[in-house]
Amino acid sequence: MNIYRLCLGISISLPACFSSWWSEVQMGPPDPILGVSEAYKRDTNPKKINLGVGAYRDDQGKPFVLSCVRKAEAQIAAKKLDKEYLAIGGLGDFNKACAKLALGDDNEVIKSGRNITVQTISGTGSLRIGANFLSRFHTEAREVYLPTPSWGNHTPIFRDAGMQLKAYTYYDPKTCGFDFQGALNDISKIPAKSVIMLHACAHNPTGVDPRPEQWKEIAELVKKRNLLVFFDMAYQGFASGDIDRDAWAVRYFIEQGHNILLSQSFAKNMGLYGERVGGFTVVCKDAEEAKRVESQLKILIRPIYSNPPMNGARIAATILNTPDLYKEWLGEVHGMANRIITMRELLVANLKKEGSTKNWQHVIDQIGMFCFTGLKPEQVERLTKEFSVYMTKDGRISMAGVTSGNVGYLAQGIHSVTK
Amino acid sequence: MSLFGEVPQATPVAVFKVTNDFKEDPNPKKVNLGVGAYRTDEGQPWVLPVVKKVEKIIVADDSLNHEYLPILGLPEFRSSASKIALGEDSPAIQENRVGAVQCLGGTGALKIGAEFLRRWYNGNNNTRTPVYVSAPTWENHNAVFVNAGFEDVRPYKYWDAEKRGLDLSGFLGDLERRKLFVFFDSAYQGFASGCLDKDAWAVRYFITQGFEMFCAQSFSKNFGLYNERVGNLTIVARDPDNLKRVLSQMEKIVRVTWSNPPSQGARLVAVTLNNPELFSEWKDNVKTMADRVLSMRASLRAKLEALETPGTWDHITQQIGMFSFTGLNPNQVEYLIKEKSIYLMASGRINMCGLTTKNIDYVAESIHESVVNVQ
Repeated sequence: MNIYRLCLGISISLPACFSSWWSEVQMGPPDPILGVSEAYKRDTNPKKINLGVGAYRDDQGKPFVLSCVRKAEAQIAAKKLDKEYLAIGGLGDFNKACAKLALGDDNEVIKSGRNITVQTISGTGSLRIGANFLSRFHTEAREVYLPTPSWGNHTPIFRDAGMQLKAYTYYDPKTCGFDFQGALNDISKIPAKSVIMLHACAHNPTGVDPRPEQWKEIAELVKKRNLLVFFDMAYQGFASGDIDRDAWAVRYFIEQGHNILLSQSFAKNMGLYGERVGGFTVVCKDAEEAKRVESQLKILIRPIYSNPPMNGARIAATILNTPDLYKEWLGEVHGMANRIITMRELLVANLKKEGSTKNWQHVIDQIGMFCFTGLKPEQVERLTKEFSVYMTKDGRISMAGVTSGNVGYLAQGIHSVTK
Repeated sequence: MSLFGEVPQATPVAVFKVTNDFKEDPNPKKVNLGVGAYRTDEGQPWVLPVVKKVEKIIVADDSLNHEYLPILGLPEFRSSASKIALGEDSPAIQENRVGAVQCLGGTGALKIGAEFLRRWYNGNNNTRTPVYVSAPTWENHNAVFVNAGFEDVRPYKYWDAEKRGLDLSGFLGDLERRKLFVFFDSAYQGFASGCLDKDAWAVRYFITQGFEMFCAQSFSKNFGLYNERVGNLTIVARDPDNLKRVLSQMEKIVRVTWSNPPSQGARLVAVTLNNPELFSEWKDNVKTMADRVLSMRASLRAKLEALETPGTWDHITQQIGMFSFTGLNPNQVEYLIKEKSIYLMASGRINMCGLTTKNIDYVAESIHESVVNVQ
């Protein structure tokens, strides 16, 4: 009797039936990259290795908080700053330092004020603002050309912003290296004014970077084709260990007269992943154009998140603008890059020790956090199922997850699925 | 020839321009009643004492690092934030049909909610679905929904300019007989009355009435964490299965917007809300802010009435929260800005937090002058 009355009460106040607004919402597929970490967490095998997401680990496999970051945090805490909203474009001290880091202190672009650099929500946020900007203002061409392969999230970002995605040849699976001729052939056919995305250094996912002479030819061809260049630089310092060397391509293109778009991330090179620190730069014709572009970037940013988070930008700005912290940072980035390089060498040495007769030179030649092993999806699946080694299906491993403690086991697993 | 030669100069966002103009004004008597941030009676920003305490706790904790948060954010933040809105004992929470997405401030929560609705509500990508916002509303509401793709953002009657209060019959008239999805914007919980539960009454009532809904929560004002961008999109669904699918689609939207949210602010809030002593201290800090605003309201009204400023001024104490719609017209606003260096929005909106015991006489007298001298 009571239950009956209760049900009547409910059905009167609810909409006509017990339906939901969301009955037609499909279950979304798990994110291919971040989903790997989640699967790793669920695995109970004590020997499990996470080579999925690109976050640096020390040789004990632990997250690494840079010493210069801790010092910067202590300095900031002592200043007892308030928490007032930042400007829409972010922290001025950060923006200036961010541009200088990418372009070089003495860059003519910065001196003439013809760049606009805004603080963004790390690399993703930067690419998204860039994509939105292109979608709204680059009306003469809707296509963005990505290298094949590229970071998995590039495509959905640009697509969601309303751009169309196309591809150019980049990786050569036969050599596990750069298909230079293939790239030039494809680029030579890209219609004028299209956007071409270039990874500034430490290409993600392959680790394959063009050599300087190759960059020079690409720059010339891109100019001839009249393409709009969008550089994604998520690993400055992390690739070679040298900040200036890793920014060489970006600076060269600008020197050659390309007015580029540039996304920067401080997730990896400062270990500020979860603080979401990044920058978006447009190199304009002159300072007047930079002002106009800036005003429009603000209009794009405001309805997404109003203004960016302070904490990480403050840390990054403090490091970049304090000489001894900056020096310490350069040393720590160099250290992280070196550990990766050492792991590459160790992995190959161990594979040989296991008796592998395959050519693993590409593991050493590739640059940065990632290695495109050349493993096929079925081999990856076996590596995960039989050895609890977690990586993305495309055969990409994050070298940062390799340690002197697990490299032997990893080599065993890789050899086992490839022999 | 530049690819961006045709990019026009955009007009600046009004509320930030007001603060900018205030900063550049050399008049020592200047008062900023523009942007919505709390100020102490000394006119200074206020980092909440509980926040300072928790920051020290976090700095001292060596086990913490700067790793990526999950796409949907810090789990202990999301759940505790939703509890704040819905109540500790919320049946919806107990029924496992409440979820949340940690977002960049209230703006970010509105953005993610809007993007989801455009994709999945009332069909797929039905950009023609009308979005009703109050007249007036926070000026960024419009931009958030338009940028998410909605083509038809409409006002519903809300503000009665004559009464300087709620136009209830107009409100009900505009919304009756329509099947509507409810999206609450909760930017001031605790800040309005000084009591968290009281300020959440409407949201909780709607849940008892069986609504599925979104609630965009901001912790900018009630935690004073403005620049840390701490927000939460609380989702109340019919059942756990619907909730699961909704959250999975939310992840996809987040991934192409900012990948994962910033950790610092969420951590601060989570530590505070999950510790009984700190939670209690926070509630006190919130009450301190709310009480100061209430006392400024009472004071401003009293002074205007004492000056016999033409018109009625009880709306100053009847209205609630950080802002007051004074009823001043654009000419009177311009007078205040140009002649008195008192900065407010063209709508006549003032931030009560900009008032202090030291400037309130000047502001009251100036308002009096503007009403008497300017039509």
